[in-house]
Amino acid sequence: MVQDFAQPILNGILLGGLYAVVGIGMAMIFGIMRITNLAHGDLMVLASYLSLVIISGLGINPFVTLVIAIPVMFFVGLIVQSALINRVLKKGNEPPLLVTFGLSIIIQNALLLIFTPDAKMLMNSLSTKSIFLTNYLSVPVIYLVDFIIAVALILVFNQFYQKTYLGRAIRAASDDEGAAELVGINTRRIYGIAMGIAMVTAAIAGVLVGMTFTFYPFTGTQYLIIAFGVIVIGGLNSLLGVLVGGVILGLAQLIGAEFVGTGYQLLVGYIILLLVLVVRPQGIFAKN
Amino acid sequence: MENVLIVENLTIAFGQLLAVNSLSIEVREGEILGIIGPNGSGKTTLLNGISGLYKPKSGSVIFKDIDITDFSPSRRCRLGIGRTYQVPRTFEKMTVYENVLVGGVYGASLSEKKARYKVYEILELTGLLHKKDLFAGSLALLDRKRLEVARALATNPQLLLLDEVAAGLTEAEVNEVLRIVKYIKESGVTIIWIEHILRTMMEAADRVLCIASGKKLICGNPKEVLAAEEVQEVYLGVEEG
Repeated sequence: MVQDFAQPILNGILLGGLYAVVGIGMAMIFGIMRITNLAHGDLMVLASYLSLVIISGLGINPFVTLVIAIPVMFFVGLIVQSALINRVLKKGNEPPLLVTFGLSIIIQNALLLIFTPDAKMLMNSLSTKSIFLTNYLSVPVIYLVDFIIAVALILVFNQFYQKTYLGRAIRAASDDEGAAELVGINTRRIYGIAMGIAMVTAAIAGVLVGMTFTFYPFTGTQYLIIAFGVIVIGGLNSLLGVLVGGVILGLAQLIGAEFVGTGYQLLVGYIILLLVLVVRPQGIFAKN
Repeated sequence: MENVLIVENLTIAFGQLLAVNSLSIEVREGEILGIIGPNGSGKTTLLNGISGLYKPKSGSVIFKDIDITDFSPSRRCRLGIGRTYQVPRTFEKMTVYENVLVGGVYGASLSEKKARYKVYEILELTGLLHKKDLFAGSLALLDRKRLEVARALATNPQLLLLDEVAAGLTEAEVNEVLRIVKYIKESGVTIIWIEHILRTMMEAADRVLCIASGKKLICGNPKEVLAAEEVQEVYLGVEEG
C-alpha cells in the first residue's frame, strides 16, 4: 500500500514544481495589473515551438535554446503589453480579457498552420532516465530537473522583487498606479517590462514542458487551466504560495490517478481547486 | 522673482461639471502659495491638473518655461513636480525606506549610492528614521503624512504640491508639519499648499489664493485674503447660486 503511493506522491511533488513555473508568470501579471492573461498558456507553448525550431536548426540541447528563447520571449511580452494591452488598460476589466483571448486564438491557429496538429516533443536524454531509490521507487530525472529549476526560479524572483530597483518599482506600481506615477515611475513602461519578465518565465516553462511532455498547437489551454489552479490554490501574495499551489495540484492529480485511474487525474485536480475556492477563495496563503 | 509655474485658463471638466473653470495662476520661485476654498471648490482638481492626473479640457500648464500640458504624471515628476495626497497613498506593502527610495531612484533619477544617502537625510528631516523598516501600511496617520512628504521630497522637486497635509492632525502635529514645510521652503523648493487650517496659511504662506466653484476668487497677501468679504462669504456658506 505504502509502496503504491510513494511513487505518485514523489512524482506529484516534483511535477508541482513544473506547474509552479507554468503559473508564476500569470500570477505575476495578475498581481501587478489585475489582468488575467488568457494567452499565457499559448505564449508558453509558443516558446516550446520556438525551442523546437532552434533545435532543428542548430541541433543543440533544449536547455541551450533558452539562450535565444528567453530574450525573444521577453520582447514578445514587451510588445504584447505595449502594443496591445496598455491600450485597453484604462477601459475596465473586460477589454484586456478580450485582447488576451483574441491573442490566444491567433497563436493557437498560427501554430496549427505552421506546425500541423502533430504532437511534438523537445528530444533530450534526460526524459527517459530515472534514478532508482528502491526496487519500487524511482525518480524521473526530468521531473527532478523541473523541480530544481522551479525552486531556483522562485528564489531568484523573490530576490529580484525585494532587492532590485526594478522589482521595487513593479511592487510600487502594483500597489498604487497613480501614486507610482507621481514619484516618477513610468507605469506603462514598467508594465511592459513586467510582461517581458512574465514571458521569460513562460519561455522557461515552455522548454521544460516540451522536454517533459508532448505538446500540440492547442496544448496552451490545458496549461492555462493549470496556471489558474496554481494561482487559485496558492494565492497571489507570495511566490512560495505559487510553489505550494503547484505541488498541491500535482499531488492531487497523481494521487487521484492512482485512486480513480489516469483518465480522471485532471478531474481530481479541479475538484481540489473547487474545494479551495469554496473554503478559502482568497487562496491558502493569502493574509486576509 | 521668476515664475516657476504658470497655469493659463485651465478648465477641467467632469461631464457637464466644470471643476476648474478657466483658472489662471502664476507661482513665483521660492514662495509658498496657499490655496483655500470651500469643499468641492476645485482645489484638489487643480493640483491634479498640475501633476498630470487629470487631462484638462482646455488651457495650459507651463513649468519652467516648458509646456507640460500633455506630459504624463511620471514625466512631470521627473521634471521636478512633487505631490502629496490628501488621503495618504503610500505603498502599503513596502517599507518606509523603500517608499522613499523609489522616489529617489525613479523621480530624481539618482544612482543607488546617492539615493540611499538622500533617503536617510529625508527620513531624518521628516522624523521617520527610526521607523524606516516598518511597512507603510502599519503607520499611524501623522507618520503616513510624513511619509507622503518624504517620498515626494525624494523625487527632488522644485515645485511641491501639498494637499491638506495638516488635516486631521492634532495641534502639536500641525506645528510639526509647519516646521517641516518651512524647512523645505528654506531649501529652495517652491510650494503650493492646500489647507483648511487657516492658521497654517497665516503662518507659512507668502500668498493665498481662494477658489470657489472652480474659479479664482481672490489672490494676495494672506491677511488681506482671509479678511476679504468675498472669502468670508464663501466660508460662511452664503455662496451665490
